[in-house]
Amino acid sequence: MPFVPHTADDRETMLRRVGVASVEELFLDVPEARRFPTLELPPPLSEPEVLAELAQLAHRNWNLDQHPCFLGAGAYNHFVPSVVKHVLSRGEFYTAYTPYQPEVSQGTLQAIFEYQSLICDLTGMDAANASHYDGATALAEALIMALSVHRGRRRKGVISRTVHPEYRQTARTYTQGMGLELTGDEQPGLSLPDLAGIVDEDTAAVVIQVPDFLGAVPSLDEVRLLADAAHQAGALLVVAVNPISLGLLQPPGEYGADIVVGEGQPLGNHLSFGGPYLGFFATRTDHVRRMAGRLVGMTVDLDGNRGYVLTLATREQHIRRERATSNICTNQALNALAAAVYLAAMGPAGLRTVASACYHKAHYAASRVGRLTGYDVLSHRFFHEFVVRCPRPPSEVGGALLAEGIIPGYDLGEAYPELEGCMLLCVTELNTREQIDRLVDVLGAPS
Amino acid sequence: MTRIDNSCRYTETHDWVRADGDIATFGISDYAQDQLSDIVFVELPEVGDNFEQGQVYAVVESVKAASDCYAPVSGEVVEVNSELESTPGLVNQEPYGAGWFIKVRMSDPAELERLRNAASYSELIQQLTEEE
Repeated sequence: MPFVPHTADDRETMLRRVGVASVEELFLDVPEARRFPTLELPPPLSEPEVLAELAQLAHRNWNLDQHPCFLGAGAYNHFVPSVVKHVLSRGEFYTAYTPYQPEVSQGTLQAIFEYQSLICDLTGMDAANASHYDGATALAEALIMALSVHRGRRRKGVISRTVHPEYRQTARTYTQGMGLELTGDEQPGLSLPDLAGIVDEDTAAVVIQVPDFLGAVPSLDEVRLLADAAHQAGALLVVAVNPISLGLLQPPGEYGADIVVGEGQPLGNHLSFGGPYLGFFATRTDHVRRMAGRLVGMTVDLDGNRGYVLTLATREQHIRRERATSNICTNQALNALAAAVYLAAMGPAGLRTVASACYHKAHYAASRVGRLTGYDVLSHRFFHEFVVRCPRPPSEVGGALLAEGIIPGYDLGEAYPELEGCMLLCVTELNTREQIDRLVDVLGAPS
Repeated sequence: MTRIDNSCRYTETHDWVRADGDIATFGISDYAQDQLSDIVFVELPEVGDNFEQGQVYAVVESVKAASDCYAPVSGEVVEVNSELESTPGLVNQEPYGAGWFIKVRMSDPAELERLRNAASYSELIQQLTEEE
């Protein structure tokens, strides 16, 4: 549709058609004082002036290129290969609105298909949808799907306390009014076997995070036992994962997960001050009809040419809004594309290299921090985040790090009162040995 | 030409019911399957579920839409057509035969009288076809 401003004639025709003589008459219902209010705007600026002002404002933020960052807790600073930006900047992808219709372009459909296929490979599942807002909403959707699989007859969700606190809050918000009771995360210290003990015939889903919010990688034997307990009771096992960790760890599909969700930000998406991110969501074929969102499939046309189609979209709001299992299935298309390009660029070997660099650097940092007087590393089996009990309140320790230009870890006291005085430190492949050594020096310096 | 089965009664929503004693079989009409086009999935209730007349008891999904099916009469589900799980296309091929949905033990067989008979449903289809 060409963009053509209305001519005076056009306006005249439209006004006549609706039966008014002037634009003023058209807006008579709006109180006069509100019709053309005086806006208190600063004087107009030229483009270079605007750019200069915005740059000045932007410089007030701390830039991760200049400041070492040891903050994780759900959002991670990873390297983004430049090819990601190049593909994302293509006008076809960059400007397109959420693709809803089956007739969207083949390129868009193929991009979604590739994304879905890569997420399936990564998680060991059969089908992935085209993404949710973020990891937290993907987890909430997993619970809603589990309720739907059990046709609303089961009312209990067992969730580990070591699932991201915000994911648990989001899940509770999303499912309020659905009669779901989420339990298992109220009291500290429940192990995976303890959780298995509270799974019963009323349980729709069991939810864990691997590695968990505190960075810990649970024992595979214990996870398998929990999966068995869930399946014996007829419940689904939902696993939230950090996708980068899957470069080293087994895909959840191999240890009994029925739904795998997670935050896709670490895959080629910059931290961007908290968003937009993307939630990935994958499941087994048995449950695909109850999955929110859309699914793109690959087929061949009559002449044998490969083609991509929206295979499953009937759960979506534009087809069955009032009875859709979910009305949130926003395709964070550009973020999902970033994840697809990232995974394609890295390949299995590249992802393993990143994961292994995260693991080794984090363990180097933990061993050095653990040797400092007054510091106690509480994590044993962990991926790239670990819990440190500090000799001083984490806010003070964090303040000292900030004063040295280092972004500190996450103060665990608020979300986990039992971990008052503890900090969650994260180390990724982007943290250099020098940065880690400096962190240790500042932590060890007398206060 | 739209097929109409004389042994069935019909709802305004194109669901059919065929009674045999106090057992009633449900399905969707030839007109309905034709409007929906290729059916790819039928979500059926479970044996033991109870439905009131007019309540949604199944969902039919085609390549272009998902539609609710409304129980023509009240009752308890005694059998579901599990063939549809693997071969939903039966609904397109034989809507009044192999493409049946569920069997229900009727709680109030008198409800049948309130439904359209084949002749009356045929008129409805004629009207709808003319409007198209």
